[in-house]
Amino acid sequence: MTTTLPAYDEVVARYEPVIGLETHVELGTNTKMFCGCPTDFGGEPNTRVCPVCLGLPGSLPVANKAAIEATIRIGLALNCSIADWCRFARKNYFYPDMPKNYQISQYDEPLCVDGYLDVEVNGELVRIGVERVHLEEDTGKTLHVGGATGRIHGATESLVDYNRAGIPLVEIVTKPVPGTGALAPEVARAYVAELRDVIRSLGVSDVRMEEGSLRCDVNTSLNLPGEEWGTRTETKNVNSLRSVERAVRSEILRQASVLDGGGRITQETRHFQEDTGDTRPGRSKETATDYRYFPEPDLVPLAPDAAWVAELKAALPELPRLHRRRLQADWGLSDADMQSVLNAGAVELIEATVAAGATPAAARKWWLGELSRRANEAGIELADVGATPGQVAELQSLVDAGKLNDKLARTVLEGVVGGEGSPTEIMTNRGLEVVSDTGALTAAVDEAIAANPAIADKVRSGKVAAAGALVGAVMKTTRGQADAKTVRDLILERLGA
Amino acid sequence: MAAISREEVAHLARLSRLAVTEEELDTFAGQLDTILQAVAQVGEVAAADIPPTSHSVPLTNVLREDVVVPGLTPAEALSGAPDAEEQRFRVPRILDEDVAS
Amino acid sequence: MTDLTKLTAVEIAGLVAGGETSAVEVTQAHLDRIAAVDDRVHAFLHVDTEGALAAARAVDERRAAGEELGPLAGVPVAVKDVLTTKGVPTTVGSKILEGWRPPYDSTIVQRLRAAGTVMLGKTNMDEFAMGSSTEYSAYGPTRNPWDLDRIPGGSGGGSSAALAAYEAPLAIGSDTGGSIRQPGAVTGTVGAKPTYGGTSRYGLVAFSSSLDTPGPCARTVLDAALLHAAIGGHDPRDSTSIPAPVPDVVAAAKLGATGDLTGVRLGVVTEFSGEGAEPGVVAAFRESVDALAKLGAEIVEVSCPHFRYALPAYYLIAPSECSSNLARFDGVRFGLREGDDGNRSLEEVMSLTRDAGFGPEVKRRIMLGTYALSSGYYDAYYGQAQKVRTLITRDFTAAFERVDALISPTTPFVAFPIGARTSDPYQMYLADLFTIPTNLYGGPGISVPCGLSEGLPVGLQVMAPTMADDRMYRVAAALESAVGTFTPPAL
Repeated sequence: MTTTLPAYDEVVARYEPVIGLETHVELGTNTKMFCGCPTDFGGEPNTRVCPVCLGLPGSLPVANKAAIEATIRIGLALNCSIADWCRFARKNYFYPDMPKNYQISQYDEPLCVDGYLDVEVNGELVRIGVERVHLEEDTGKTLHVGGATGRIHGATESLVDYNRAGIPLVEIVTKPVPGTGALAPEVARAYVAELRDVIRSLGVSDVRMEEGSLRCDVNTSLNLPGEEWGTRTETKNVNSLRSVERAVRSEILRQASVLDGGGRITQETRHFQEDTGDTRPGRSKETATDYRYFPEPDLVPLAPDAAWVAELKAALPELPRLHRRRLQADWGLSDADMQSVLNAGAVELIEATVAAGATPAAARKWWLGELSRRANEAGIELADVGATPGQVAELQSLVDAGKLNDKLARTVLEGVVGGEGSPTEIMTNRGLEVVSDTGALTAAVDEAIAANPAIADKVRSGKVAAAGALVGAVMKTTRGQADAKTVRDLILERLGA
Repeated sequence: MAAISREEVAHLARLSRLAVTEEELDTFAGQLDTILQAVAQVGEVAAADIPPTSHSVPLTNVLREDVVVPGLTPAEALSGAPDAEEQRFRVPRILDEDVAS
Repeated sequence: MTDLTKLTAVEIAGLVAGGETSAVEVTQAHLDRIAAVDDRVHAFLHVDTEGALAAARAVDERRAAGEELGPLAGVPVAVKDVLTTKGVPTTVGSKILEGWRPPYDSTIVQRLRAAGTVMLGKTNMDEFAMGSSTEYSAYGPTRNPWDLDRIPGGSGGGSSAALAAYEAPLAIGSDTGGSIRQPGAVTGTVGAKPTYGGTSRYGLVAFSSSLDTPGPCARTVLDAALLHAAIGGHDPRDSTSIPAPVPDVVAAAKLGATGDLTGVRLGVVTEFSGEGAEPGVVAAFRESVDALAKLGAEIVEVSCPHFRYALPAYYLIAPSECSSNLARFDGVRFGLREGDDGNRSLEEVMSLTRDAGFGPEVKRRIMLGTYALSSGYYDAYYGQAQKVRTLITRDFTAAFERVDALISPTTPFVAFPIGARTSDPYQMYLADLFTIPTNLYGGPGISVPCGLSEGLPVGLQVMAPTMADDRMYRVAAALESAVGTFTPPAL
């Protein structure tokens, strides 16, 4: 499409967006939803399969208790009601990554319904309604061969690996979210981020978007003020927080452009393009898909009793938003400082670094300073920058022990990020430790004094500030591996100043 | 009046992924019509307030502990495959790119 | 010398345990019998000669080592080809699975092995267990040993014919709408459908998941009970398996064999005792009712008004479930693939595969089920059928408040000539008119030979409450003690 898109601010001044999100989360159970195969990410193709998840004739599903409990816990954390009786249903459609050509899912009887999640956007609390939370099974993975791009289009054949088939997948569907105006993209992003944090805090999934354990579909529509909601599109393939924001924004712009031109929005599935940041239509279907849902006869109903649900509720952890409040107080941060920690995606990293022994201030300094800079430069998430909280805490402990100065510590951190090993190993291997041998240091100081008699005299005469030049000289000869303050004290001591 | 048309039968065949021939369509349309007229008798029963039965066993919450059990080797998994490549199941090119879930 | 193939399972097990014969001798005798007659009967799709002899040798070795053997050790058994057998072909009577060797055993087959029985091979069946004559097998029909021009019933005609032809003393079947009981009736053998959930479905290739029930077939009620006890009981791999012990069907069969039914109330199902059945079948049934009364049973008439809707409800529920269950046969992971010429798309290849691999009856039911589940039709067809299922269950519950068990003819007609009902699918469906209500309810039912009509066997069906399988064995064994067993003409 070559149409010029209108300006965003101008569009959201005229149209009201309504958004909705469907999020799929792969649970981190040991085994799959309906069989005892392991769920680990990756692995050689078709090594984590059995008759059940391959859909071999005669095989039967048995539901994983841990997956049911995880789903109930997610529902409770999202303030949902838990159904006292519900069933799995079969969703029938043919696709080769789905071994049975039906997916065991839930239809009109989801496990959890009618909840909400409060998210903060620019300091304001926005309540996102949650329509339902249900449990289903994931599909296998298809590799498209023969096309130029590895995409389905143009491929001559496809190869299927069923390792992922049957991994428990929780689907969380929001109610439509109107009234967010220009902030719709930020609200969408904040919701997914908050949902991710909630699920991570529950310990039921590692929720890593880049590994596909959290996947997002975004619904968007536009309407004129005072009019009914517009026709919505569903954008699939939105696989990072940044993409969630971009997908909503680009879909708002695209729809506005269509509407401005007198066109109509088609209810359709669109695909988000990571490279361009826009959405493209999926292949249109000749008729609407009829999934022919019916109750799964191979599984009996779920009827979580009140005691079970109460037990799970009692064991819920503190919710991330409240947890963050507490951390802010513990760390003594202003709202603005806390916001910058949040924006950097550094809360859990700092928390873990503190847990590993660093002070909150030091932990914050590393993650928001040097490491954030590197993450931004590389265009990656802070968590993926290559340093762990444990390593950062260790680095700080070396600084606190006087073994590293600030400059050396940065060099060591570079090595950590580069995967050279632990801070201590890097310090030792690269010989970066601060020269604390006073004999060697005194010799270097004496050498500097001897080489710069004029400056030395100035210092002796009371011009203490002149000592800086001597410190510089000593640092040079020790290749920066001395502690500047120690050097300075030593110089002043030698010169009797 | 026929309960089901030839076009509807053709649609059912497509939905069911059955490449039935034109002759088969004619035969099936007639037979399915007879069968549907007969099974439509269920509609004679007044059952507005009757709950449906999907399962005859009075069981709920049949769950499995989250413990790994040995599955198949890749060789066993692929043993019945009509075609395999790189330890994966090979299929011809896929036209329909829309994937639900 | 005794003809080992004419013995009951109880007799064979006794001879093996006592060292009077060996499991290998018994097995070889049955393999020889199969070789002699099965080209005419065609009960087997696959005979596992080596596997059977190896299993028999293992039993003999265990006996020689002084191990305690189970009550069926060394007894040969024929298994309907609907159950997966590791490394042994499993076709479900369909072209779409031709040559498939499953990488796993069904629970029933595992239990048969554990019991020391010797699996002779896999028996013929209507494709995917859809049919009442075994004519819908992709591998040609099985013939009734009573008259080779007639059908042996279906879908499990292979298992019942193998019994009637003395090719095996025991067999496994599966019953979705009557596929164990109706073949039992028309071959003069015993076939029992256990309570749904009483026998594991793991490894049973699904036709209609909420109805399918594997069960025992034998020439005597006691043999059937012993086999039932060996294969039944809870299986954690089947979510619908009932976590309770199998009722003591063996003791019940022995009690029934004493011929005393004093204190037992039997209900003759009004709706199934005259209309719709052949006069010869009705006559044999009536005589048997008199015989049961002479054994001390109190006979009452019981009306089950919704049973007349069982057949239509069944032909909505079973096809609906089958349309989904059979979706996995797509030529991707196992079985047939048709038309993959390098140009055609997956969608075309799948459709060609399914069209080539499935027979007409299977296609009819897939399309019927797809229709019944479609939005717009769901409520009127599938949804309404499930409500009828509730009403049928209520009829049973009400009946069992008045009587201990219900009785009826097993099937409306004796074995019909091959080809007589294939042109009109609905005429074939009527064969299961009397057996289907039990499947919709989930209770147990047994067919026991009760007489002959024009020289062909007639079966009487006993239906009991869920998890009261023992009751039907008692009644069946009592009737057997009164009317005896029925032997077909020599082949």
